Amino acid sequence: MTIPLLSLQGLTKAYPGVVANDQVSFDIGEGEVHALLGENGAGKSTLVKMIYGLVKPDSGTMKLRGNPFAPPEPRAARADGIAMVFQHFSLFDALNVAENIALGMENPPPMGDLASRIREVSETYGLPLDPFRTVGDLSAGERQRVEIIRCLLQDPKLLIMDEPTSVLTPQEVDILFETLNKLRSEGTSILYISHKLEEIRTLCDHATILRLGKNVGECVPAETSARDMAEMMVGSTLQTPERSGRELGEVALDVSGLSVPSPSEFGTALRNVHMTVRKGEVLGIGGVAGNGQDELLGVLSGEIPTSADAIKFKGQAIGKLGPTARRKLGVLTAPEERLGHAAAPDMSLTENALLTGSVREGLEKNGFLKWTETRSFAEKIIEAFDVRTPGPENAARSLSGGNLQKFVIGREVLQNPDVLVVNQPTWGVDAAAAASIRQAILDLAAKGTAVVCISQDLDELMEISDSFAALNEGRLSAPRPTTGLTVDEIGLMMGGAHGMEVAHV
Amino acid sequence: MDLGQINPVLLVASLMVAATPLLLAAIGELVVEKAGVLNLGVEGMMIVGAISGFAISVETGSPWLGFVAAAIGGAVLSLLFVLLTQFALANQVASGLALTLFGLGFSALMGQSYVGVKPPSMGDIYIPLISDIPVIGPILFRHDPILYLGIALTAVVWAALKYTRVGLILRAVGENHDAAHALGYKVIKIRIMAILFGGACAGLGGAYISLIRVPQWTEGMTAGVGWIALALVVFASWKPWRVLLGAYLFGGITVLQLNLQAAGVAIPVEYLAMSPYLITILVLVILSADKSSAPASLGRTFHASH
Repeated sequence: MTIPLLSLQGLTKAYPGVVANDQVSFDIGEGEVHALLGENGAGKSTLVKMIYGLVKPDSGTMKLRGNPFAPPEPRAARADGIAMVFQHFSLFDALNVAENIALGMENPPPMGDLASRIREVSETYGLPLDPFRTVGDLSAGERQRVEIIRCLLQDPKLLIMDEPTSVLTPQEVDILFETLNKLRSEGTSILYISHKLEEIRTLCDHATILRLGKNVGECVPAETSARDMAEMMVGSTLQTPERSGRELGEVALDVSGLSVPSPSEFGTALRNVHMTVRKGEVLGIGGVAGNGQDELLGVLSGEIPTSADAIKFKGQAIGKLGPTARRKLGVLTAPEERLGHAAAPDMSLTENALLTGSVREGLEKNGFLKWTETRSFAEKIIEAFDVRTPGPENAARSLSGGNLQKFVIGREVLQNPDVLVVNQPTWGVDAAAAASIRQAILDLAAKGTAVVCISQDLDELMEISDSFAALNEGRLSAPRPTTGLTVDEIGLMMGGAHGMEVAHV
Repeated sequence: MDLGQINPVLLVASLMVAATPLLLAAIGELVVEKAGVLNLGVEGMMIVGAISGFAISVETGSPWLGFVAAAIGGAVLSLLFVLLTQFALANQVASGLALTLFGLGFSALMGQSYVGVKPPSMGDIYIPLISDIPVIGPILFRHDPILYLGIALTAVVWAALKYTRVGLILRAVGENHDAAHALGYKVIKIRIMAILFGGACAGLGGAYISLIRVPQWTEGMTAGVGWIALALVVFASWKPWRVLLGAYLFGGITVLQLNLQAAGVAIPVEYLAMSPYLITILVLVILSADKSSAPASLGRTFHASH
């Protein structure tokens, strides 16, 4: 047998109160795309940080091509051919592309030469990029290209990618996979971390599954079903959300002729949007990110005021009402961005529970806050939605993405809304948590709530929604019943291949 | 009122002298802020530099040694800021204010025996022929060496930030310290170097007041120049040449209003005295209307927790 590129033996790393990695061992072969799978908090990030020299293991050894490998710092790891694309981009917004790339290199050439090498590599791998643009102005996909090119310029032997597709549109994902396949054919190994099981099945040669810091199994993704992999990650049988057959009631939310300009410079204006949602109905809204999803959530929540008659709740015109007034009526929303929009990062869970719950849960009186009631409301959310946190006094920021998502969705669900609008309810959330969030949405609909679910995850929309509509350049297609809808039809509703414009920016 | 008394050549020459303490302190603070640290202790470091420089040059008789001591004095005081903010992770605003208060008090204590003493003079540069050119000679080529050091420092800081790798890393640390750390740069080390540089520059600026501009020692003689330097960095949008421009504008109006006071212009003295502050801020606010913004990590505490 050939010597693997990188071999991990019994890596262990403990933090106070938690063992992040417990005796993890596996090999990555030359030219192999190796998937690292696991739920939030399974220890994937800690493991790759050890390989990249950001964290020192407590015990265990690593071997690179048979030689002992223990990088004391990222510089040493880079020198040995390890490159990493971070989950949260490690880029500097105020600097330009070339400067950002120079910062990630040991001995960068002069700026002029570097710029031409960036152009060269970006053309070769089909990742067009202008070296002198300021990174702050780039889209998420383009920012990721910067990181990838930064890695490629160093001829890596092992490229580590930490959840690279969570911020990309489906078209950008295709471009990324082409690049990765090209790299594999050139002999570069890739360690690929993701929640998205279908992606791993199409891309990866081998998968290692982590659960609570331990290596709990390996598999060949192409030969394993997504469901089996998910169950290995979770360690128990996965509950598929169940939709109980239910009668749809009268129209709860009626949007007609809604047109608003986008509040942000780079946003998409909504153009003549029509939709009705009945009691007990889940309307799924798909579409590539940036086609008006944020704006739609904004007008439904009341953050963006519209003409009064454009939005009606049970016949009452609410277009001009602000978020608090709508909450009072029973129209609740949970936006996409968890930190900063759905939750205030540095405030405690109790305080965050108060922020949207004060009106409906009666948590304030004459301008004074009722902390005892608020705290028990927060505790109720934590218990009902299995939010893993030591207690409601912890800051929202301290929760992992999936746990915070359960909290912000749970906070709205428990307020018994008449209309609930959610945007990307399971974004960046692991399989088990996603299933429980979807189940909660379905349970809510079963009790008669009208739900609007905006998502880019088509599987999710097919699973939970009764009817489906797509947003395309700010226009909403006519909703159609989900049952019997084919992928091709959905693709046409989403605007066909026009989204491919993304590919040659 | 006799405006004829005002000699334009002398006016321009003395505005450069008036501007230099501000320029030195502000250029130092610019580097500190570019590294993502907000040190509000400039006034304190200046006054400590002023007394350190004054005391050493009086004791040794050498203004040069005085300036070296001033730079060291300012840097040593900024070391206190380093300990508080980079190791104890204290709040930068509170630590900076404490530094100023401590510096003012400590310098008064150190300077008790130096009140009324006259420091040795540094002397101006004199280059035959060039310094004798009418108008240009007295304005540009008959100053003390530290004034030229201030201009040279501006050029060096500008070029280093724009063209060198050290400058790029410094900007990167100030822009996003978590990303810089993830790439393997030593955020704390780089910030310590920047803070010490800022302290040394503030010290030089303070000594320029006590050794050249005034030259004598009185308590609290920096009189708010450190605060103006802080404002100048912000209004100059963290750009070195704009700091120079702002400092000269401030120096110019300071000197002009003094001349106007002497000439007996019929404007109340209070208005004249406030005019340098008002006009400098006004002009820089207009200049800073472009999109360049503060370093994104400015004032945020860095802790390598992950």
